[in-house]
Amino acid sequence: MRRYFARKVAIYLLTFFVAVTLNWLIPRFMPGDPVLRMLTRTSVSNPDAIAPMREYYNNVFGLDVPLWRQYLNYWAELLQGNMGISVWLFPAPVTEVILDAVPYTLALLIPSILLSWYAGNKVGALAARRKWLDNTVLPLGYALTATPYMWIAIVLAWSLAIIAGVFPVAGGYSFDLQPSWSLVFFNSLIQHWFLPFLSLFLVAFGGWAIGMRNMIIYELEADYANYLEALGAPRRLIRRYAFRNALLPQLTGLALQLGVLVAGALVTEIVFGYPGLGRLILMAIQNQDFFLLQGAFLFIVIGVLIANFVIDIVYVLVDPRTRTGMTGGAA
Amino acid sequence: MSDLAPAAREEAAPAAGGEAVSAPAVPVAAGPVAAAQPGARRTRDALHFALRNKKVVGGGIVVLAFLALGLIAPLFYDYGHSEYVGPQSSGPSGEYWFGTTTFGQDVFLQFVHGIRSTFLVGLLGGGLAALIGMTIGFVAGYVGGLVDEALNMLTNIVLVLPALAVLIILHTYIGITSVPSQALFIGIFSWPWVARAVRAQTFSLRTRDFVDLARLSGMGSGAIIRREIAPNMSSYLFMTFILLFGGSVLFAATLDFIGLGPTGVMSLGLMMNNAVHWSALQLGLWWWFLPPGLGITAIVGALYIMNVGLDEVFNPKLREM
Amino acid sequence: MSLRVDNLKVYYRTLRGDVKALDGATFTVADGEIMGLAGESGSGKSTLSKSLIRLDTRMRLVEGGVELDGKPLPIGDQDAMNAFRFKEVSLIPQYAMSALNPTRKIGKMISELLGARGVKYSEIKPELERRLDLVGLKREVLNNYPIELSGGMKQRMVLVLSTLLNPSLLIADEVTSALDVSTQRAVAETLVEFRDREFVKSMIVVTHDISLVYQIADTIMVMYAGKLAEKAPADVVVNAPRHPYTQLLISSLPEVGVRYADRKLAGIPGSPPGLLNPPAGCRFRDRCPLAFARCVEEPPFVEVDKNHHVACWKAQ
Repeated sequence: MRRYFARKVAIYLLTFFVAVTLNWLIPRFMPGDPVLRMLTRTSVSNPDAIAPMREYYNNVFGLDVPLWRQYLNYWAELLQGNMGISVWLFPAPVTEVILDAVPYTLALLIPSILLSWYAGNKVGALAARRKWLDNTVLPLGYALTATPYMWIAIVLAWSLAIIAGVFPVAGGYSFDLQPSWSLVFFNSLIQHWFLPFLSLFLVAFGGWAIGMRNMIIYELEADYANYLEALGAPRRLIRRYAFRNALLPQLTGLALQLGVLVAGALVTEIVFGYPGLGRLILMAIQNQDFFLLQGAFLFIVIGVLIANFVIDIVYVLVDPRTRTGMTGGAA
Repeated sequence: MSDLAPAAREEAAPAAGGEAVSAPAVPVAAGPVAAAQPGARRTRDALHFALRNKKVVGGGIVVLAFLALGLIAPLFYDYGHSEYVGPQSSGPSGEYWFGTTTFGQDVFLQFVHGIRSTFLVGLLGGGLAALIGMTIGFVAGYVGGLVDEALNMLTNIVLVLPALAVLIILHTYIGITSVPSQALFIGIFSWPWVARAVRAQTFSLRTRDFVDLARLSGMGSGAIIRREIAPNMSSYLFMTFILLFGGSVLFAATLDFIGLGPTGVMSLGLMMNNAVHWSALQLGLWWWFLPPGLGITAIVGALYIMNVGLDEVFNPKLREM
Repeated sequence: MSLRVDNLKVYYRTLRGDVKALDGATFTVADGEIMGLAGESGSGKSTLSKSLIRLDTRMRLVEGGVELDGKPLPIGDQDAMNAFRFKEVSLIPQYAMSALNPTRKIGKMISELLGARGVKYSEIKPELERRLDLVGLKREVLNNYPIELSGGMKQRMVLVLSTLLNPSLLIADEVTSALDVSTQRAVAETLVEFRDREFVKSMIVVTHDISLVYQIADTIMVMYAGKLAEKAPADVVVNAPRHPYTQLLISSLPEVGVRYADRKLAGIPGSPPGLLNPPAGCRFRDRCPLAFARCVEEPPFVEVDKNHHVACWKAQ
């Protein structure tokens, strides 16, 4: 088990290292130095306050220090939590801007991931048992999982918010409210949260339902299922085993899907103007705010790596094979 | 062998999640049987079942219909997809089938051009990802040892790296000008689960009798992979490509929607971007934003359904279900 | 008479028609008898052994019947058959290595299985532990996951579990093929011991390995291309076989202890006929050195000597 975790952590650290390096490398070696261009433009509109930005730039991308020095400086700044200063929200530091947005993204992602995984697995397992349910769940599941996240968001926003008027169309909370610990504000938060959550939930749900349905069918063909059948075990018992065993690959699937789910959250936020990382990224792109964009990238990578690690821990808890140290589980 | 077989399936299965849809688990036991059967008959059998499988035929018809639409329809227009040709914001009519945008652009023409881009990016992106994934998987699984360790590490890193985030950074800095270059980047970041599944399969195939025989007869590694191992996984590889195709299409739509798509090329994602940007939702111009998403869902969904059908065709155990 | 099989025909449904994998088998297995069942791949021996406990979805019972201890065995009816499985007919599968649910502790799995069959785990546990002792497994294995057991241990575990309810008939399907030679010996001896202690009344041991089954079996039945070829006491089959196929089979064994090849008999040229549309008459005649005109008629499976049945015109 220790080996299993050591291996996982090594991969995650290495991935983080690769991500940071890419993040430094790409702007550094782009023709025309787009970051410098961005700074020049900003210094025209904001000549006095540009000094700290210039300093950061010179430190990690500038030409007056050797390359290796720039790279090390980049790491040094990063480890101190300094990712530069946002151009779009000048003079707010990138880290601060991102930390303000992260709770909104997490509030969308965590419930939609957990609930869709849970519900999808339940429904998928039921579908594998009943023909009529299979005939409805299967096409519906495939349709949902083939739907682009932003389109389902668009359809929900248009139908339920604009036409039916049941939910607000855009924002994280009502424009006439200030963030506070009041019931009114909380209520507004929930109302604005529901549609983006629902769009994420629906698409992911389809994928899990199909995945579980297909996995169970394979599990029911497994040797242990055949043996139990030969010993006259009732279908109920065999299905229970199959469900539990099928959950393991579904858990691995969850880890693999994280990137796609995050991507889904980003575009969903854009459709609903939800103040999370997705909208931040859109704004960063539109305002050519490269520091902000790169900061958001690193935050996403860190988030995905942490989530992967959490899933690894859960995996060890549910799969005795990793616990006994006999095999590596889901590599 | 008996220890490897379940491991192989287990590795293949999580690949499932990779594209939100279960990648088919390869029936490992089918290996020797399949090998013993003459290839021609196997192909004939598969074709026979495929043409009788409702899912394969239905999915195939939808995909081909869209492909034909994308290829042929633009030929009938003498104006471009971004030209202001009609009345502004008018609903579907005999002249403009899907209505017009707030600028008077023909939505149907944009739609069919978008279908073209969709197929192109799916074909190229999915194809490239399949090529990289299979090459790495075959080499890692067949050669083993240190090469395997290194490739496995690489695979795992790319696997946990959130691909879209990397693509956003790349696209922002580099700027994409054509669908093929978009497909190139998508392909480079969506192969890892394929490599993993193919590696596991190759691992279990490489110790089979017929591979040993080929090795003894002096066949080179490349030839063994091409002529002995790959054909035994051909059905699996084909289904993998379909999943990658769908994945690329969805990826491209996401990038196009954020506004990082190729410049000057119409795509379904860009249509949705424009619609949202110019308040089509608030203005109620449903004909502008419904078709592009519906088109993607129909194409990708049909591909997935086709895949389920193919799984039943190649995997006789499932035919009874 | 423990088991009586009467003109049993079980076909596989395929695209090109029915594969006549088991085409009319009539034989008996006596109380206390261990019968070895031998034949090449595709001889019908797996089809026969499977149909006695569970037909898979592609198999179809065409004709014939099976009686166990004088009662008809409803092999064509999955649900009715369930009452007999485990309690009357049981199986040690070929895939014993992967027969146990990998994510359940063995003891828990057994208790859940027994509970589902209406047997109290607590009541049977002392007997279970005695039998574990008997096969040399520590009682702690019940608290282990299957992956913590070696191949041989899993094999013994399955052996104990399959016979726990003292079935009348046990089908052991290629039980030794995945094991090394010394473990094979031990497993084979345990089978005999279980019979001697009357944990099971009679046994069918399906095998590729005549030399191994010869050491434990009372009788051996040889199948060829979906038909019975010969059934006789083990030493008669090995020392004085009457069917030309059995003769070739035995003579192609270089010596006791060496297995013959899985797919093809080195010593017998040609290959068995396809079973989609098998030729009329004796199915071995194309490869048979003794074939003559009459072989176009199908030879009946008749008793030529006491307890010695052969399907060959030359043997009568």
